[in-house]
Amino acid sequence: MPILSLESAGKQYPGAAALTDVTLQFKRHQITALIGRSGCGKSTLLKMCNGLVRPDAGEVRVFGEAIDYGNLPVFRRRIGYAVQGNGLFPHLSAGANICLLAKLEAWPEAQIEQRLEELLSLTRLSRPMLDKYPHQLSGGQQQRVGLCRAMMLRPEILLLDEPFAALDPITRKGIHQQVLELHQAEPSTALLVTHDMREAMLLADTIVVMDNGQVVQQLDKQILLEANPDSAPEDLLHAMLPGELE
Amino acid sequence: MIFRACLMTAVRRSAALLLSLLMAVATASASATSEPIRIASKTFSESYVLAEIATQLLQGNGITAEHKLGLGGTMIAFEALRTGAIDVYPEYTGTLIQAVLGKPNLSRSGLDAELAAMGLTLGVNLGFNNSYALVLDTKTAATRGISRISDLASHDDLQIGFSLEFLNRGDGWPELQKVYRLPQRPVGIEHALAYPAIANGQLDITDAYTTDGELDVYDLTILADDQGYFPRYEAGLLLRDDLPPKVVELLLQLEQRLDEETMRALNRRVAIDKESPAGVAADFLRDSGLVADAVSSAPSRVSRILRNTGVHLKLTSVALILACLTALPLALFLSRFERLARSLLYITGLIQTIPALALLALLVPLVGLGQVPAILALFLYSLLPIVRNTLIGIFNVDPLLKEVATGMGLTANQQLLKVELPLAMPTLMAGVKTAAIISIGTATLAAFVGAGGLGEPIITGLTLNDHKLILEGAIPAAALAVLVELLFEWLERATIPAHLRE
Repeated sequence: MPILSLESAGKQYPGAAALTDVTLQFKRHQITALIGRSGCGKSTLLKMCNGLVRPDAGEVRVFGEAIDYGNLPVFRRRIGYAVQGNGLFPHLSAGANICLLAKLEAWPEAQIEQRLEELLSLTRLSRPMLDKYPHQLSGGQQQRVGLCRAMMLRPEILLLDEPFAALDPITRKGIHQQVLELHQAEPSTALLVTHDMREAMLLADTIVVMDNGQVVQQLDKQILLEANPDSAPEDLLHAMLPGELE
Repeated sequence: MIFRACLMTAVRRSAALLLSLLMAVATASASATSEPIRIASKTFSESYVLAEIATQLLQGNGITAEHKLGLGGTMIAFEALRTGAIDVYPEYTGTLIQAVLGKPNLSRSGLDAELAAMGLTLGVNLGFNNSYALVLDTKTAATRGISRISDLASHDDLQIGFSLEFLNRGDGWPELQKVYRLPQRPVGIEHALAYPAIANGQLDITDAYTTDGELDVYDLTILADDQGYFPRYEAGLLLRDDLPPKVVELLLQLEQRLDEETMRALNRRVAIDKESPAGVAADFLRDSGLVADAVSSAPSRVSRILRNTGVHLKLTSVALILACLTALPLALFLSRFERLARSLLYITGLIQTIPALALLALLVPLVGLGQVPAILALFLYSLLPIVRNTLIGIFNVDPLLKEVATGMGLTANQQLLKVELPLAMPTLMAGVKTAAIISIGTATLAAFVGAGGLGEPIITGLTLNDHKLILEGAIPAAALAVLVELLFEWLERATIPAHLRE
C-alpha cells in the first residue's frame, strides 16, 4: 500500500486545465522530484497532496485513505510543508516559527526542547539564531529554519515547493548537502517541486517530468544515470521534455 | 463552523459587556442627577442668565439645583425636558408654537393645552417679549432711508447674515422672505459674531432678539415689522408638572420681574462687559430682593480645566474601549465574509456622515441627556476607523503566508489569531489611534447634550463671544490630542517589532 498516490486526478481552472488525469504512486521514504516548466502543473499536484487544491476528478489517497476534506487541519499536521521564499511568519522569531505547531499541539516544554535540539544539530543552526526575526537571517538560514518548521512534528510526508529557488548557487549547494543528511537521519516520503534538473538529480530517488498538466515521464534516477553516464542533467531533461527548453 | 460559533460567542459576549457598561454609566449619571433640580439653558447668553437666576433662586432657598449649561438647540432642550432628563428651562411662546409644535395659528390657551398633554407648563411669565427682529446699521438705515422690513425689497445689494436656526426654522427666514418678497440671499453666521461683523462693515443686516444687549452698544436700528410677521415671544420658564410644589412656588417669585429694558441691561453686562452670567444673575437676585446674600461661586479656572479635562477623558476613553470591544470581534468575524464585510463598512460609513450634532439630537429622545448619549455617539463614530483598519490589515496579509498557515495545518481560528491578527496589528493600531483622536475632537460637542467636558467652555465662549473661554477648552483639547498621539506611538513601539511598524 503506497503512502501517497493520485488516481486519475484532474483539476480544471476557468479557461484552462491545470492537471489532467494524473496517476502516480510515491514510494515510502524516497525523495521524488517533480520537474517541468513554470505552469506545467507541478505545484498544483503538490498542493493536492495536502488538500490545498481539491481535485475535481479522480482522487488523492494519503496514508492509505482518500483525503477527508472535512478534517484537514489534523490531517495536514502529519505532512510537513515548506515553500519558496521560505514562508516564515515575519512577526515570529525563528524559534517561534519552528515551534508554532508543537505549541498548538500542546507538546510538553521538555519534548519541544528535545526536538528543537535534534533539529538544530541536524541543520547546524545555532541557539542565538532562534531569537532573531526571519528578516535578520541570511537566505540560507531562513531556508533551514523553514525546513526545521516543516519537520518539527516528525511528519511522515514532506512537501517542498521550490524551497531553494531563491538562493544563490553556493548557498544552495550547502543546503542540498544538508537535505541529504536530514533525509538520511529522518527518512520521510518527500516531494520536491523544482525546475532545476541538477537539483533533481542530486536529491531525488525518482524523477517525475511534467508538461502541460500531464506526467510525461516517471524514472528511477539510478536507471537514468546508468543509461546516460556522460550526459549533463540539463540535456537529460531536454531529451525527456517535448518542445524547446526555456 | 467551530470557528464561527467561537466568534459568535465572542461577539455576543462583547455585546453583553457593552450593554452592561452603558447601563452602568447610565445609572451612575442618573443617580448623580436624580436628586437636584436640573435647570438647563440653550446656547445664548439670555438663556444662560435666566437659567442661572432660576438656579440661584432655588439654591438661595435651600434647594439643591444645578445649571446644565448650553444644550445644543431647542429640540434637544425640549426633548430633554419632555423625557425628564431636565426639569426646567427658559423658553418663549413663539418658539414653542412655531418651532416645537409647528402650529403657527395656535393661541396661548391652545399652547397651554398642548403642553399640559405632555405634562409640561409654561409656568412663570417673566414679563418681557423677546421677539425676532431684523437690525440694520443705523448709518446705512439713514442714508438709504430704510426703516421697515418691506423697504428691504428694493435694496438687494445688502449683505444679510442670519443665525443658522433663524435661517432654517419655519418662523424664520423662509416664511419671512415669502411674506416680504425679499430678493437677498443670506449666509449663515454664529449669532454672537454677527454684531462685530456689522460693525466691521462685512455685514449689513442680521437677525436679533429685541432684548439683545448689543442693540444698546452697536449703533443698530430695529426695522419695523410692518406686515406683523413675527409672532410674540413671551419669555417664561418651561416646567415639568412633576416638580415639587415648593420649587414651583419659589420660581413663581420671578413672575413679571423682568421687563425688556431690564433684560437688555442684564444681557449687555454678559455679552458686552464680559461679566459671568452667574455674577449678573446674583446681582439681579440681590437687587430685586429675592435672595439677599446671592453670590456666584464660580470655581477657579484651573479646577474648571482639570474637571473638564477629566470628564473629556472619561467620555472618550469609555467610548473608545466600548468601540474596541465591539469593532474588533465584529471585524474579525467579518473578515471571513467579504461581502458582509463590505456592507458593514458601508453602514459604519453612513454613521460617520451623520453630523455629530444631529446624531446627538437623535439620541437624546432615546437615551436622555448627559454622558450616555455623548458616549454612544463617540462610540458610533469610533467604529468605522477601527473596523475598517482591522479588515484592511487582515485582507492585506501576504497570501503566501495565509497559504502556508493553511497548508501547515492551522485551523481557521488559529490562522486568524496567530498569523493574520498579529500581522494586521500595525494597521489596526493606526485605526484605534485615528478613532481616539477623532473622539477627542468630537467630544467637544458633548457639551450640547449636557455631558460637560472641554466643549463646555468652548460653547459657552462662543455664545458669550469670550475668546479666553474658548481657548480654555480648545488648548487642553489640542494638548490631549497630541498626548494621545504620543501615547499610541509609545504603545506601538512597545508592542510591535520595529520591522512590522508602518
